Amino acid sequence: MADVLRFRNDDPIEEPAVTLDAFVDQEDASAVRIEAGEDPRRLIPVLDRVKLVELGIPRFRDGRCFTAARILREAGYEGEIRAEGDVLVDLIFFMRRCGIDSFAPQSPLNRADVDACLSRYEHVYQHAADGAVPIWKLRHG
Amino acid sequence: MYKYDQYDQAMVDARVEDFRDQVRRRIAGDMNDDQFKPLRLKNGLYLQLHAYMLRVAIPYGTLNSRQLRKLAEIARKYDRGYGHFTTRQNLQYHWIKLEDAPDILAELATVEMHAIQTSGESIRNISADQYAGAAADEICDPRPWAELLRQATSFHPEFSYLPRKFKICVISSPADRAALRWHDCALRIVRNEAGEEGFEVYAGGGMGRTPFIAYKIRDFCPAAQIFSYIQAILRVWNLHARRDNIHKQRMKILVHDLGEEEFRRQVEEAFQHFLTLDTDFPQAEYDRIAAYFTPPPFETGLPDDIDRSDPDFALWVDQQVIAHKTPGYAIANISLKPIGGIGGDATAEQMEVVADLAERYSFDDVRVTHAQNLVLPHVRKQDLYAVWQALHEAGLADANLDLVTDVIACPGLDYCTLANARSIPVAQKIQRRFAEMERQLDLGELKIKISGCINACGHHHAGHIGILGVDRKGTENYQLLLGGSGAEDTTQAKITGPGFDEDGVVDAVERAIERYRELRDPGERFIDTYRRVGLDAFKEAIYG
Repeated sequence: MADVLRFRNDDPIEEPAVTLDAFVDQEDASAVRIEAGEDPRRLIPVLDRVKLVELGIPRFRDGRCFTAARILREAGYEGEIRAEGDVLVDLIFFMRRCGIDSFAPQSPLNRADVDACLSRYEHVYQHAADGAVPIWKLRHG
Repeated sequence: MYKYDQYDQAMVDARVEDFRDQVRRRIAGDMNDDQFKPLRLKNGLYLQLHAYMLRVAIPYGTLNSRQLRKLAEIARKYDRGYGHFTTRQNLQYHWIKLEDAPDILAELATVEMHAIQTSGESIRNISADQYAGAAADEICDPRPWAELLRQATSFHPEFSYLPRKFKICVISSPADRAALRWHDCALRIVRNEAGEEGFEVYAGGGMGRTPFIAYKIRDFCPAAQIFSYIQAILRVWNLHARRDNIHKQRMKILVHDLGEEEFRRQVEEAFQHFLTLDTDFPQAEYDRIAAYFTPPPFETGLPDDIDRSDPDFALWVDQQVIAHKTPGYAIANISLKPIGGIGGDATAEQMEVVADLAERYSFDDVRVTHAQNLVLPHVRKQDLYAVWQALHEAGLADANLDLVTDVIACPGLDYCTLANARSIPVAQKIQRRFAEMERQLDLGELKIKISGCINACGHHHAGHIGILGVDRKGTENYQLLLGGSGAEDTTQAKITGPGFDEDGVVDAVERAIERYRELRDPGERFIDTYRRVGLDAFKEAIYG
């Protein structure tokens, strides 16, 4: 777990993540891995027993994880969402905004670069899963 | 015109630092070129044949004189003294050094400009009708919506790593001057029976190697919900698009694979969901933005007639000047298509002349058209002669709007790494062949569009006459297409048959045009004759 960058205060889930197919039937499982291309909505009926969702990032250019994370957050999921795979520094700001709150990158990230990317934009133009107040709301109080 | 507040300014300033840091990390070797490429593309920086190309966003094709002067200054300081206006109403510099790019962005930010999302797999700069706010046939100015959507789609966290590019266009008139249905998402502002403003929405259009004309996905989306609807479209596409073949990842392919009905059903479902998330911008924000687009203080009681005693001026007026919605005013089009020049190019000096004219005669307002020309949208008719004289001196007074020499051409193999063939020399040869003004006027509206590869930046699918450059066993070869349109009567051009070499295609164009002259009914445009008689009547003439 040493290589996982977490933005959560609770204890990490140590249970290995099982495939989405297995998870749906395996009633005692609490950690699930969703590969890019799998439909995250399949998890919604069993969301109450999920404690960790691992999103597989096969290539950093594959943006399906952003939608997957938002769909889970919009369904009320509050547990950990971890991006695992080809996670690069410049993705993390958008991933955080979409509700991804832990990162297991294939290659280690430079923490100073991560912090710089996360703090660079003080405001945002639109609602997402991170609760940031959009600029239009700041303009109109 | 829209003005940045402290939030908008902070956003572009942060983007400059963001990109500066990305360049630093690339040069330091912290990321490889594969990793850097999407990042630079999201900021409009391409690596071309000879140098980097930087594409600057001109949101909805609107500029003020201060911005245009800055573009001229950058052309002089960092490029070779000119810029190239594009078919997406943007401006490209073709001779940029990577290490200068962050400084150029910083200069752009001082005049409320940027290069955000002008390339890459992102929601691109939003295009609009170049006559917005001036056209006699518009329901309202579409630009407040375009600006609202510019903000809503900038750095959208869910849709910043899309399967491919995503292009949005907004117009508000029955006439289409913006190639609306060739966009991934096309919006036309309409009013419903209750008089409420909303959008007719089209989806799944696009050119490239597999062209599709966007289909109408919704008759009416209430204006206040349009961002939800666009996000719904994007989410369905982002979730379901193929990711295994870059040539099959545009949204048009998904629409085709799922079928229009099923795509619509999924979008509707996602739309209902988005409506519950409270992501739409409120009326107050629309009103704030719209206040920047209130009409300029037009004078009343101005003379509505034009002194046509100078015949060269009269010719220019007939070809370049369009009716304005306000009496006493006119829309003046500026041709960037001099015979034998490079279409869409403007020198720094020319940009400055246009900036001066805009400031003095057009309420500080300049527009860029997707046909790669410029517009002064609000000129008093009594000032047209002075404007024309200044344009004439600057080499900008060609009178060829929508005529055979008003050719759209991509940069082609002279600049672009993707190209298979050169576009510019073909455009120049066609221009020279038809340069005689009497001949141009006789042929009337005739839109020739040339692309140097199947990516179709030169819009050849939408040309009355289209030319596509291909690589045929190592030599440049040109396919001829007929019957396309990017106007309200959108159609896709068809290939006539075997291709030609560079001179051969110019001859073939001439044969097609001569056939039109034989077949046309009085007053009939080339495209109308083509539609009436069909492709075969032209093939005979072209191939003999």
